[in-house]
Amino acid sequence: MSDIILQADNIVKDFTRHRALDDVSIAVPRGKVYGLLGPNGAGKTTLIRIINHITAPDSGSVTFNGHTLTANDIVNIGYLPEERGLYKKMKVGEQAIFFARLKGLSRRDAEKALKEWFDRLEISEWWNKKIEELSKGMAQKVQFIVTVLHRPELLIFDEPFSGFDPINAGILKREILRLRDEGATVIFSTHNMASVEELCDEISLINRSHNILSGRVAEIRERFSGRRYELSYTGAPDALAGIEGVSLGGISPEGFATATIALPGSEDVKAFLAAANAAVDINGFRRIMPSMDDIFVAAVEASNAQQNTTEKQSTDQAE
Amino acid sequence: MKSALSIVISREYLERVKRKSFIISTLLVPVLMIALTAAPALIMLFTDSESKTVAVLDATGNIAPRLAGNDEVRFIVSSDEPLDSARANSTYDAILVIGPGAIEKPAEGVTLYSHGSLTMATNAMITNQVEDAIEDVRLQDYNIENLKTILEEVKVDLPLTVIDIDKEEDTATSSALSYFLALIMDMMLYMFILIYGQMVMTSIIEEKSNRVLELVVSSVKPAQLMMGKIIGVGLVAITQIFIWAAIVGLCSAWVMPLMANMPADADPELIGAVSQLSDVGFIISLFVYMILFFIGGYLFYSAIFAAIGSAVDNIQDASQLSSIATMPVIIGIIASMAVINNPSSSMAFWLSIFPFTSPMTMMSRLPFGIPLWETILSLVVLYASFMFLIWLCAKIYRVGIFMYGKKPTLIEIIRWARYK
Repeated sequence: MSDIILQADNIVKDFTRHRALDDVSIAVPRGKVYGLLGPNGAGKTTLIRIINHITAPDSGSVTFNGHTLTANDIVNIGYLPEERGLYKKMKVGEQAIFFARLKGLSRRDAEKALKEWFDRLEISEWWNKKIEELSKGMAQKVQFIVTVLHRPELLIFDEPFSGFDPINAGILKREILRLRDEGATVIFSTHNMASVEELCDEISLINRSHNILSGRVAEIRERFSGRRYELSYTGAPDALAGIEGVSLGGISPEGFATATIALPGSEDVKAFLAAANAAVDINGFRRIMPSMDDIFVAAVEASNAQQNTTEKQSTDQAE
Repeated sequence: MKSALSIVISREYLERVKRKSFIISTLLVPVLMIALTAAPALIMLFTDSESKTVAVLDATGNIAPRLAGNDEVRFIVSSDEPLDSARANSTYDAILVIGPGAIEKPAEGVTLYSHGSLTMATNAMITNQVEDAIEDVRLQDYNIENLKTILEEVKVDLPLTVIDIDKEEDTATSSALSYFLALIMDMMLYMFILIYGQMVMTSIIEEKSNRVLELVVSSVKPAQLMMGKIIGVGLVAITQIFIWAAIVGLCSAWVMPLMANMPADADPELIGAVSQLSDVGFIISLFVYMILFFIGGYLFYSAIFAAIGSAVDNIQDASQLSSIATMPVIIGIIASMAVINNPSSSMAFWLSIFPFTSPMTMMSRLPFGIPLWETILSLVVLYASFMFLIWLCAKIYRVGIFMYGKKPTLIEIIRWARYK
């Protein structure tokens, strides 16, 4: 088995009036949590639908476990769509069994596995309730179980945390990580950058139908940090002003003065610390790691700016 | 592992059969049907028929004695009473004035005055009585002996025996029975398509409005889902009909003895027709074909409704399209009535090849015995179109997922069908 469970190559998908995906490629490593990020309307859901074999790409290919994705692979995929609902009139238990059986489980296995899940999530008393009697968040818990019940190799969650309160979102995160630790691969799309930092091993950032950023979360944060450092100190700010590149900051919550500086190499760090040490009393020194939020905004804005220029150029040329 | 198709069928079936609305309608409809059939008899039993008193002012003196009253109308001969005083007499519900020239010119001589309007039945009864009386008087004026007996002897009532020459065995078919059978099958098919075909459509739309469809599509192939829905709903229909038949059967077994004293007024022509259709083999094959066309018609039209359901995302949009879809059913029923008059015309042939009208048309053609190859060709076209429609709506369904809140045009639907 290769390390890549799912690979999408050069996917293009056109709709009536716009191109939803333009030459998008992703590679999802086995046993990891893979985040699919991007602003609304970027094409994430379309890509997910292609991976689920719900719709076909106009060009490009999807490889699953080393072979081209076919309709028979969907039993190995668990998909929680963003537009999700259940049959309102059906009872929770029967409905869960119905979907489990569609995914190939026998009635008995389905029932057994469901009881376990219902016990763990403490929702056993819902078994004989109709979906219309449950709240939206409660129904989403049932949907989550339905998605993962048949123990698929690949799990795809589209905006899984929308509609959940922080407690239930926490339970969901815990379960997602547990499933990963048991060997499942998880793809999830979200706007919630905090959950990306907590959960994702790798990400792809889709913007305006293009994959603009891919890689391991740690690497990306490193790349976007710009090797910036923050110094907190006691002393006169003027004493630091002499060091080249320093920008003076405000007062930290602990009551220390701060200053930031970009330091490209480890030699620069040593030199800077020596100079600062001589000038002020150092209280702390740390590397500034950008949050995924910052990275998201920076990457999307940069890509938009670049695209706008390209478009402008091509219009200019056309004229 | 059970196939997805059977899982979908069992869900569609069980979900519907367990619903309260199903149980209620299944129990209520026979009750209503029985009530409707029994109502006129009950009304007749319990309403004391108020008889109308009609004064007869007969200037000819010949007609009044010939008028016979009944439960509804009582005639009182009061020829000497002047019209004005009769009109003032409130015990009379009506006054029948027969002028002196009534026998020669009935249109001018006979008038009926009434307090308030009389029922159609009363009017007709009086008219008939007066007509018969005038005819009787006129006949008597000819002075021919035994005229009544002669007239009785001259009368003819001919039940025409028709034998199909093209058939090797002399299968006698009766147009009355064929007409009757075709009408019943057509009406049942129409009801089936209207009620249960639309149920398939609603079920698909429901999945969209519940937002469950993406979850379903990621678990089962759309074509299997469509098939499962159509078959599941079809089984619901069969269940319902069996329960109805059982209830009606039981009730009539119970009610029959009560109705035993009613006059048996079965159509003698119908009884004759049934006894003429004595060839058991022919009857069996006729029924088998009719059932095949019935099922085919249901499948074909519910697939059309399924396609409509896949293309729209709410009931409002669907109702417009579905009323267009029921048009051919009505056309087919009308055409099938026309086809009875000439079951071997080329119009009849083409109508029974065209899948939109073939189930209805073939119902009325089959009893007349048509060539086997025509029947088979018609069936093949019908079932093949059904398979094609299922394939088509699976395509539309898949692409329809992307169309929340947007009404698709026909061109778009066709384009979707071409998607891989």
